[in-house]
Amino acid sequence: MRIELSRRPDPSPVARALAPVFAAVLVFALGAVIVYLMGKSPSQVFYAYIVYPLSDAWGLEQIIAKATPLALIAVGLSYCARANLWNIGAEGQYTMGAIFGGWLAIHTHGTDAGYWVWPTMLVLGALGGMLWGLVPALLKTRYNVNEILSSLMLVYVVQQLLDYLGRGPWRDPQGRNMPNSAIFDGNAIIPSMIDGTSVHYETLIALLVVLISAVVFSRTVFGYRIRLTGDAPRAAHFAGYDNRTTTLIVFAISGALAGLAGIAEISGTNHQILAEIRTGYGFTSIIVAFLGRLNPIGILFASLVLSLSVIGGQNAQLMVKLPYDLTSTFQGLLLMFILAADAMVSYRLHIFRGKGRSHAV
Amino acid sequence: MLFESILLTIITASTPLLIAALGELVTEKAGVLNLGVEGMMVMGAACGFAGAVIFDSTVLGVLCGTLAGTATALLFAVVVLGFGANQTGAGLALTIFGLGLSGLLGHSFIGAKREPVSMLFIPYLSDIPFFGKVLFSQDAFVYFSFALTLLVYLFLNKTRAGLNLRAIGENHNSAHVLGLPVLKIRFWAILFGGACAGISGVYLSLVYTRFWSTGMTSGKGWIAIALVVFASWKPGWAVVGAYIFGAASVLQLHAQAAQFNIPHQILTAFPYVATILALLIKSIRYGRMAGAPGSLGIDYVLD
Repeated sequence: MRIELSRRPDPSPVARALAPVFAAVLVFALGAVIVYLMGKSPSQVFYAYIVYPLSDAWGLEQIIAKATPLALIAVGLSYCARANLWNIGAEGQYTMGAIFGGWLAIHTHGTDAGYWVWPTMLVLGALGGMLWGLVPALLKTRYNVNEILSSLMLVYVVQQLLDYLGRGPWRDPQGRNMPNSAIFDGNAIIPSMIDGTSVHYETLIALLVVLISAVVFSRTVFGYRIRLTGDAPRAAHFAGYDNRTTTLIVFAISGALAGLAGIAEISGTNHQILAEIRTGYGFTSIIVAFLGRLNPIGILFASLVLSLSVIGGQNAQLMVKLPYDLTSTFQGLLLMFILAADAMVSYRLHIFRGKGRSHAV
Repeated sequence: MLFESILLTIITASTPLLIAALGELVTEKAGVLNLGVEGMMVMGAACGFAGAVIFDSTVLGVLCGTLAGTATALLFAVVVLGFGANQTGAGLALTIFGLGLSGLLGHSFIGAKREPVSMLFIPYLSDIPFFGKVLFSQDAFVYFSFALTLLVYLFLNKTRAGLNLRAIGENHNSAHVLGLPVLKIRFWAILFGGACAGISGVYLSLVYTRFWSTGMTSGKGWIAIALVVFASWKPGWAVVGAYIFGAASVLQLHAQAAQFNIPHQILTAFPYVATILALLIKSIRYGRMAGAPGSLGIDYVLD
């Protein structure tokens, strides 16, 4: 048997749009089979995973709260991915954002500084993420260091920095040696958008970022420039665009959005600096970006899907004792299937049996 | 002797990096960038440990771990070669998948412990003072890693199959025109990479720590990928690189034990910073992609 791939002359736009949906359905079906083989009832798991979180206000609120950072980071990643750059260190930029913004919260603690604190924290968080995101970008543009490896290595580095701060200088003196800071003052906490819920103003910011990015990608020269740099770097060069500047800009945007998500998590959800905030949002967002077709509106929906899988996974852990690692396994498979489905839209697979003719699939 | 014991721990830390890097090197020489080393390695670690506990046999554990790494690589091979999926993305997906599945499979083995793997003492040579202990009294994996280096070197540079593999990695279109079975050779190269990552993972759980904990590879798979770049895709240099990184991670542990007056987090972060610095130095001195296969990471599609 021999197989070959050839380019489809005119990939169907309908197939392109449906590919991620198809991948998601496939993973879902596979999940049902695996759950059945594990000796659990698929209908019970389905209930815990999907129906239960969607059936009450608290579940919906949790889904929105978790989808917000995912969407924010994933939109940032889409800037990089459209320019054919891989930022897999968003988790680190997220952590750096938490550190930069957290610094202000710690230093204004107990001073009754006023309501400017939390908005300034968000700005600082974005700045921190941006600076940390610029490190792999500069290493790439100036010294040609592979951005995939360097951005990931920087995740481990900044996690150690946070660990140091949380256990050392920023530890709560009254906290009985717990590795975390004091609880932030009220003005260092992002207020809720809807009273009494965990949905805070980060969600509004995320929605704005989605809308602005959708316009940037489809209606502006800058959006075109990013695309061109990704698809045809030489053409972009001849069009007068400096590809290095593009690299720096997209990494700065991507880092800033991840940093914003990081400080929002610290300020809006944790209300204190923890020595460890390994939420994995930075990695899950890669899946969100691809499930959403690198399109901001698509990413908005994809973030809700992945958020549901996180909440559902936690539920299933409690309700039917399904290990949470199963959820990460399926998230990995989902990304794999999306990429395969995507490729199938562009390429045609030929299978030759023995020396016979080809069977196009 | 402190120096001797440090040297011995450096060997233990370097061996898994070397084995995984050699596997990735062969995969990349065939033109395929598999960023899923971390995922394959952690699968090897979980299944190798589980196998060793279930069958109460180190040998069967190694077999299970190797098979697990290979099976994980098989998924990557099907998606990347059969469907033409983006290699970078599929590699990342493989890592996420491997970390999840290994956690699932390894769950019931948390807390279990294994006896140390027995050392192979080479007769007479192991009695030589100092060198005997360092060079000739190691576990089988250490000897294996050096044998593998030699074999990979000979395969790539002295055999026809190795030449074909390099030709495919260098330019898959020319190789196709010459009638070389591009996908078939890449398929085996990917599986070889998976097997090596699996063995490397087994080493981590059965020799290095002797217990299983979720996500225990903690970036070692990524360091192995960086090593391949650092080594300019040359097996001999992979040994040098692996031992430099091994030394960096061990000295970090010894420095922590010695209680210098610096935060231990700086020391823990050191191997990751060292990885970036190594890539940086390599880029500045030789140009980033010096020695990189021409078709590395590019989709193989006929127009």
